[in-house]
Amino acid sequence: MDPTPFLALSAILFTIGCIGVLVRRNAIVVFMSVELMLNGSNLALVTFARVHGNLDGQVAAFFVMVVAAAEVVVGLAIIMTIFRTRRSASVDDASLLKY
Amino acid sequence: MVTFWFLAPIMVAAALGILFARKAVHAALLLAVVMIGLAVLYAVQDAPFLFAVQIIVYTGAILMLFLFVLMLVGVDASDSVVETIKGQRLAAAVVGLLFGAVLVLGVVQVTIGVTVGLDAANEDGNVQGLAQLLFSKYVFAFEATSALLITAAIGAMVLAHRERLTPKQGQPELAAQRLRDYAEHGKPLGPLPSPGVFARHNAVDTPALLPDGTPAESSVSRVLTARGTVRSAPALADDIDELTRAMRQDDTTRDRTGDVDGEPARPGQED
Repeated sequence: MDPTPFLALSAILFTIGCIGVLVRRNAIVVFMSVELMLNGSNLALVTFARVHGNLDGQVAAFFVMVVAAAEVVVGLAIIMTIFRTRRSASVDDASLLKY
Repeated sequence: MVTFWFLAPIMVAAALGILFARKAVHAALLLAVVMIGLAVLYAVQDAPFLFAVQIIVYTGAILMLFLFVLMLVGVDASDSVVETIKGQRLAAAVVGLLFGAVLVLGVVQVTIGVTVGLDAANEDGNVQGLAQLLFSKYVFAFEATSALLITAAIGAMVLAHRERLTPKQGQPELAAQRLRDYAEHGKPLGPLPSPGVFARHNAVDTPALLPDGTPAESSVSRVLTARGTVRSAPALADDIDELTRAMRQDDTTRDRTGDVDGEPARPGQED
């Protein structure tokens, strides 16, 4: 199996995640886009593990998954706190530090 | 490779759907499609452990957590279309497309050496191979992970915890409040009227009728009113009028014993 299409797919997923972070206003959807980026990079890691013939890439992907889980837990707790005080999950509404 | 070419278009389409979905729940479900597709791609690339972890941790735990928070925040909280910074959406799209084009072209043009494959590395089994790496070369990172997870758990607890700022409302306080509402605003003391007490329709989404024929708004749940799924009682009342008229005609053809007052419920007329 040629690894290039896998890498191209991971690049496409990463790009879509990037655009999602930039474009979407709902904090939860922004978080989902971040997850998409992490997943895209995971695919690249797994593909390179196969190319090089050792499991280091898979271990790295595993660590990315662990960090993503921790990040989601804290991030969603923050979103919940913001929603509780502002009654909105939009990233535009939390702009008090600007003034 | 057939798996890849079958899954890749679906995954890209689902990922694009996350960008364009108006409702966050749809975005979450599309993300589930992408993640399951990725899990299958891991399985294809000799990573059975990551396949299982991807399904269990990502699709099972993380995505369900997303859905959980979505339900807490409110499913109907759809994205606003107002741009705070002018032209930001267009600029983001252009820059993103350029970035993606550069990334994909770069990846395609790079010559990657001969693919070794994981047959040798997975000789003792994929899980065993991963465990050997994890507990020898990466043991420090693994230990740091435990600290990270504990920090995340404590952080979530601290952030999600809410101090009680007002004293708890017990039964005596609630009773006193109800009487105060009655004295000051004239709110009813007893329970609210029950919905659907109506000759033809016996459902929670049908408001009860007052003696003068007007629907009693307070008899329908607030949630149903907000969703807009309350049936209008007057419209149904027209139905009832026709029904009674037909019944009266029936009665006039037959021998009448008394005036038909009210609307007797007929069995088999429910919708």
